[in-house]
Amino acid sequence: MTTPASAERLPVLLPPGPRAGDAAARFGGRFAAPITYAVFGLLNILVFGLHAHGDATLSFTPEFAKVSVPNLTLAAAATCYVCGVVSIALAVVRLLDVLGTIHLGRVWRRVIVGVVLFLFIIALLAWADGGQTIPFNIVNLLSGTLSDSIPIMLGALTGVICSTSGVINIAIEGQLLLGAFCAAIATSATGSLWLGLLCGALAGSLVGILLALFAIAYRVDQIVLGVVLNTLVLGLTGYLYNALLTGTYSNTLNNPNTFNQLKIPLLGDIPIIGPVLFDGTVFLYITYIVLAGVQIGLTRTRWGLRTRAVGEHPVAADTVGIRVLAYRYRNVIIAGLIAGIGGAYFTIGSVGSFGPDMTSGEGYIALAAMIFGRYTPFGAIGAALLFGFTTQLQSVLSSINVPIQSNLLLLAPYVVTIVVVAGLVGKVRGPRAEGVPFIKS
Amino acid sequence: MTTPPPATEPAATPPPEAEPDGQPGSHRSFGDIIRLAIQENTVTITVLALVTATVLGGLLTAFTNSAVLTAWGHFFSAPGNAVGSAWDAAFGTYWALFEGSVFNPHTVAALFQQASFSAAIHDGFLSAVFNPLSETAVQATPLILTGLAVALPYRAGLFNIGGQSQFIGGAIMAAWLGYAYNMPFFVHVVVCCVGAFVGGAALGWLAGEIKARTGAHEVIVTIMLNYVMLYFLAYLLSSHSLMEAPGGSNAITLPITSNAHLPLLAGTHLRINAGFLIALVAALAVWWLLNRTTTGFEFRSIGANTRASRVAGMNVERNWTLVMTISGGLAGLAAASVILGTDFTLNPQSYGTYGIDAITVALLGLGRPGGVVAAGLLFGALHAGSPGMQVSTGTPVQIVQVIQALIVLLVAAPPLIRAMYRLRAARAGGVSTTMSKGWNS
Repeated sequence: MTTPASAERLPVLLPPGPRAGDAAARFGGRFAAPITYAVFGLLNILVFGLHAHGDATLSFTPEFAKVSVPNLTLAAAATCYVCGVVSIALAVVRLLDVLGTIHLGRVWRRVIVGVVLFLFIIALLAWADGGQTIPFNIVNLLSGTLSDSIPIMLGALTGVICSTSGVINIAIEGQLLLGAFCAAIATSATGSLWLGLLCGALAGSLVGILLALFAIAYRVDQIVLGVVLNTLVLGLTGYLYNALLTGTYSNTLNNPNTFNQLKIPLLGDIPIIGPVLFDGTVFLYITYIVLAGVQIGLTRTRWGLRTRAVGEHPVAADTVGIRVLAYRYRNVIIAGLIAGIGGAYFTIGSVGSFGPDMTSGEGYIALAAMIFGRYTPFGAIGAALLFGFTTQLQSVLSSINVPIQSNLLLLAPYVVTIVVVAGLVGKVRGPRAEGVPFIKS
Repeated sequence: MTTPPPATEPAATPPPEAEPDGQPGSHRSFGDIIRLAIQENTVTITVLALVTATVLGGLLTAFTNSAVLTAWGHFFSAPGNAVGSAWDAAFGTYWALFEGSVFNPHTVAALFQQASFSAAIHDGFLSAVFNPLSETAVQATPLILTGLAVALPYRAGLFNIGGQSQFIGGAIMAAWLGYAYNMPFFVHVVVCCVGAFVGGAALGWLAGEIKARTGAHEVIVTIMLNYVMLYFLAYLLSSHSLMEAPGGSNAITLPITSNAHLPLLAGTHLRINAGFLIALVAALAVWWLLNRTTTGFEFRSIGANTRASRVAGMNVERNWTLVMTISGGLAGLAAASVILGTDFTLNPQSYGTYGIDAITVALLGLGRPGGVVAAGLLFGALHAGSPGMQVSTGTPVQIVQVIQALIVLLVAAPPLIRAMYRLRAARAGGVSTTMSKGWNS
């Protein structure tokens, strides 16, 4: 992107290249939002509505729940049509907003995005379950989404902290993988899940130390560095897996327990949201705590203010006496702990034993979620949940034999990310000094 | 540099092969003169990085070997035995790699036991001697081509992680043109290669165009495109109406017709094929483009200083798109060399790890075409030797990935190598990977 700073400094010399701000406008960016909503509405009507038949039954009660919620039965086709019409109506409202007839605040614009997505999912589910005998369990879908997204969420939060302090962290993938590996081994060897969790966290931090050392001290290009660290961890874990964990040691070193579900006493019994939000492994609650910690830490504390200063304008931060390099070191290493915990989820949080490349690129998804979420903790979490939801939806739909191309569904979030990053939906702007090494003069 | 040097115990001094340039009568000590002669040289750093990575890899193989671990358990009673077993394990691994990639004494011995030279040729004994070299060339071909696909944009200041997506784009075109059509012998190969180039170039163009139009960072766009193409390939291979071979559910295409195979270069016993020549010609072409044309000058200029190039009147955006298109095409050619040269069919794993390996090749080659060829041959040798190594010594093939990542990590951080070997700091720069720029530039 052309740097606005240079454009200001050299207003006459610069030929009229594409400026960051103009890009969205040139792509019809003002109308991108209403057009997208209208497309969603038409999809609801033309694709799902016309092909839906029978009734769709949505159930909201997990097994063994104390309070049961009655199932909701909808006429599939009618639901799709209603969803489509409402989406198109919202598109019209957004169009009027663009044209200036009415004025919507930022909050309302976001609500509209949420409603359109929600309607799309409802229409999709109505179409998918229409005519099926088995009710579609919404609670299982949502809780599955939440637990599937844990590594992505924690990885994305790691990314947020690193980026905010001015270090690009592409090594999230490596942190997750090494965390998974070390957690499995430590738990198997000692029998203690908590020790495994700790080792997983420290493993993530170890990659963080390497990242910090090479990026901050040796000023290696941080993108190159991240990719190389990922390769190193991938090779190392794959090598050690084959050298140590497959043969004689497979039972002693790669056979960990997993954390049990932990239901929060009262909250867990609330219908619908209880089983989704308050009935998970300890990783879920760690995620809540980390999310709250990062959000409050970055926006409400001295540490957060300084971290943001270090990432936005290190020279200014240095001038007022903030130790830029120390902040970057500390933040990258601490953030590594979070991703390490996320990695531990792969082994001691879900399946148990370690397998080569078991993170299968979720670190890169976390990176995308961070950017998609505009470098904010809540945004990153929301984006991570969106990615997790698509994966979960794909596995649920294929398990009930819905004729949908699972590969195309899995592909969708990546296309959406490109569209978002390309600024068609809104400009994403990272911390200004992200990836630029600080050299104290 | 196709020979991985055998492991030694940690080397503490630089290899003294460089010749002293200074006056013998000067007041500096001999060691100082040697250091002065070699310290400015990135080649020295590269060689030292190779040696260090080899030593570290050797230590890793030695200390994950169960016999070695047992011997070290009795270290205090038999220290010589412990060190000796570690040496044996490491040396055995590297020797097996060497035998599989360059030269195997057993095959030569077998050759000399033959009655006559013509009989040796006829029975394939001569081929057996050259088989390791042929395999190295076969493995190096896609590495060189994808390495060029990373190195070329790197010179223009772009980081292409999208080798995988461009490879898949090329592979789809090559396989489709290869099995769906019947053409005369020479024409068919050429059409398939051109098709692969176009397929890869299309993906490269997309990433470049998005970067040029919207300023979206090419790293994120190419990572996302990798996943898009990965699932798209799985989608194409999931249905008989698309590309899956009829009468089976193997997610694999029909074999391409024999007219579309790349011609073999050295008889039917050896797999070395015209793809290797294509790779060498491509490297030459990239060198010519970069160093002998105006376009190449603009690429290098933009890579060195985007802002100055813009002021000088170069169309930066158009050059970004162009360089990504060409590099995508090179990755597409890599796919052609695999699909038309060795695999002859397309499956969902055809893309291998070329996307990541390419980055290591390009970085080790310092972004220069000649360097890329050398690095491609070195890593090709590692890949060619690794299966035999795993069979004969039990060392998992992932050791190659570890060594590769270590080499690049060390090459990318000249200050670290200088610190390890007490080299004096160079006056300017070093390897270009230390010029970190960040997301927003």
